[in-house]
Amino acid sequence: MKRFLALFALLFCLVMPALAVSPDEMLGDPVLEQRARDISAGLRCLVCQNQSIDDSDADLARDLRILVRERLVAGDSNAEVEQYLVDRYGEYVLLNPRLNNHTLILWIAAPVLLALGLFGLFWAVRRSPSKPRGEALSDDERRVLDELSGSGESDATKG
Amino acid sequence: MAAGDCDAVSIELGHFALILACAIAAVSALGGLLFWRNGQRLAQVLAQASILQFVLVAVAFLAVVQAFVTSDFSLKLAVDNSHSLKPLIFKISGVWGNHEGSLLLWILILVLFGALVAAFGRRLPADLLNLVLGAQSLLVAAFGGFTLFTSNPFARMSPPPLEGTDLNPILQDIGLAIHPPLLYAGYVGFSICFSFAMAALISGRIDQAWARWVRPWTMLSWIFLTLGIAMGSYWAYYELGWGGWWFWDPVENASFMPWLAGTALLHSALVMEKRNALKIWTIFLSIITFSLSLLGTFLVRSGILTSVHTFASDPTRGLVILTMLAVLIGGAFLLFATRASTLRQGGLFAPISREGALILNNLFLATAVGAILVGTLYPLLLDALAGTTISVGAPFFNLTFGALMAPLLLVLPFGPLLPWKRADLVAAGQRLVGAAGLAIFLTILVSALGGISISLAPLGLLLGFWVTFGAFAELIERGRIGRIPVGESVRRLVGLPRTIWSTALGHMGLGLTVLGIVSVTAWETELVTTLNPGETTELSGYTLAFDSFEQIPGPNYMADTGHFTVTAPGGGTKQLAAERRTYVASGMPTTEAAIETYGLSQFYLQLGEPLDDTHVVRIWYKPYILLIWIGALVMAGAGVLSLTDRRLRVGAPQRAAKPAMEPAE
Repeated sequence: MKRFLALFALLFCLVMPALAVSPDEMLGDPVLEQRARDISAGLRCLVCQNQSIDDSDADLARDLRILVRERLVAGDSNAEVEQYLVDRYGEYVLLNPRLNNHTLILWIAAPVLLALGLFGLFWAVRRSPSKPRGEALSDDERRVLDELSGSGESDATKG
Repeated sequence: MAAGDCDAVSIELGHFALILACAIAAVSALGGLLFWRNGQRLAQVLAQASILQFVLVAVAFLAVVQAFVTSDFSLKLAVDNSHSLKPLIFKISGVWGNHEGSLLLWILILVLFGALVAAFGRRLPADLLNLVLGAQSLLVAAFGGFTLFTSNPFARMSPPPLEGTDLNPILQDIGLAIHPPLLYAGYVGFSICFSFAMAALISGRIDQAWARWVRPWTMLSWIFLTLGIAMGSYWAYYELGWGGWWFWDPVENASFMPWLAGTALLHSALVMEKRNALKIWTIFLSIITFSLSLLGTFLVRSGILTSVHTFASDPTRGLVILTMLAVLIGGAFLLFATRASTLRQGGLFAPISREGALILNNLFLATAVGAILVGTLYPLLLDALAGTTISVGAPFFNLTFGALMAPLLLVLPFGPLLPWKRADLVAAGQRLVGAAGLAIFLTILVSALGGISISLAPLGLLLGFWVTFGAFAELIERGRIGRIPVGESVRRLVGLPRTIWSTALGHMGLGLTVLGIVSVTAWETELVTTLNPGETTELSGYTLAFDSFEQIPGPNYMADTGHFTVTAPGGGTKQLAAERRTYVASGMPTTEAAIETYGLSQFYLQLGEPLDDTHVVRIWYKPYILLIWIGALVMAGAGVLSLTDRRLRVGAPQRAAKPAMEPAE
């Protein structure tokens, strides 16, 4: 179900299903072309749902792909090409959001959740009154246990 | 004419059956939740009512199916989503290829699970059964009412048109016939965990027996969801025509989050079942998992997530859905907040123990769910609150999710080797030396042979091999393989509880999936070129010859077909046909990729659009890509194996539970 909802989204922006880079757009220099592909994979097709311009067949995606290649041929670095597109279309065009005031919460959410979880566990272990203490039983405890069971601890590994 | 009258009657009969089912569900919900202390007599009534709900909804569902199959275009839903020329299988699958029909399927599965609990739950204490069936009926009444009042699949059309407008062609695929029901069975199955959690909170009683009842339902739902996600992924892979298999799309995330939460729930319920610990957390996870399922099913449609995703772009529907979700989920968490403290914790254990390992598993999985949830919703919130639009796409999720999964995969093989209560990490490590050595050796070997195209590829390979081989450590240990005669080892292995095999297989499946992902990410090759019939090209040692091109009419489409011959490096040749179809009714084109399998790898060919009297051809070589889905199948198979375990077949809960669940007063 989710999948075909996704497909609806794809259809919304595609005249044809997902055909991407076309041979007539590609650069002759394989190194430059590979850089263009790498950059394209991180740029959003602005009229599509969650597709990179490298995957999209929308006209705008094609225009952007050609634009990326033009900038590369003109001698821009990868970062300069990205900045060029951000200047024109805003940060919305980047599939991997930059770290700044707007995205701070987004980027620190996972580390903070993990840290909170770890801290919570640590805290629970520390304050748990029922935590088995130490590696071994004290002599007193062992004596009591032996009296009770006659055999000491034996089923610690059952299960 | 007579047949038409008969259909008309059956549609109205179905409509009436759905209304009746909702009414019965509403009464059952009130009875079960308010008078649950009334015990056995009420339980009998509720059980029968649950089975009746299922029968009635099944009648309603079949009425819609019949209208689709007989192309009865007096049903508006059939007009919008069917066509008399469509093959039978797609007429049937068209029933749930739309908002109203998929809701009906959702409810059908909901009542099916309720009826299964009623049928198999005779051993449950009556009070608990009352609450569980009451909670389940509440869900049926809520979503049934929503369907009837805002998305009625039984709406009629008069006069009926002569022909339907057809189902979206890209959805006319065997994948659609199977994928949504599987996914829904997974989503909706978690409703049982939710109902059990509500029952535990309301009655204030929960113990190991509770976990033993809940776990098979969790496992069953998890199996369906695993298969549903894997199937959806493979469907996208071959149907979308460019070989992508996961996109971190919001709708995919919506199905992946319940899966992760359900996986965590399986593991925490294990701790509760065996050691009577982690009760509050398990209840919490049960609520979360079903809430995420609801979110997956409905938030997507509410129009909130993003407007292009929705069947239900009608704002009234969206508002009603959001209100319902808020009341249901909010109510559940309110109940949790007020009642959870009454549940007593039991089961002591040291940090280094099986319990500790499973908690770590839960920590990473829960954090991953949180990270994906934030990543999915953050752009919407930012847009709504600050008016800034950003994109959160695959690169972000790959990084965040990968960073959380790497440590999980690293510690995973230790888990099954640690004893309950208190464990010795060094001893477990010693048993994993073999797996670690093998993983390092193979990683070096593969990296040397394949070259390192992505710097993280060796780490991914190492983790994949480590999990895959580490999964066998417990079997080797238990079977005393290599230390006693082979026959004796085999006998020991066969005699092991199936849950141990299930654990090993499940973890191995995960390892295989990781290996497939790493392999295809790091070593996939691609070629985009133009070809004419008679020309050849080459990729990764495979030679591709474009033999001929023709146009063939299909049942309800026209196909441009390219015939190709692919020659493997070893010399074997295979004939392939790739198509571009144009559907008659909608004029919409789709592509049918040609895929040839070599071992676990695939050669993927797609016929592109014409370009200056020649044809654009895109080909990919995808090494070991099948491991991704084979791993998922192995995981699902491991789940099935666990369900056949002895302790479930013999009904151990009956003996253990009865005394513990007697009323306290």
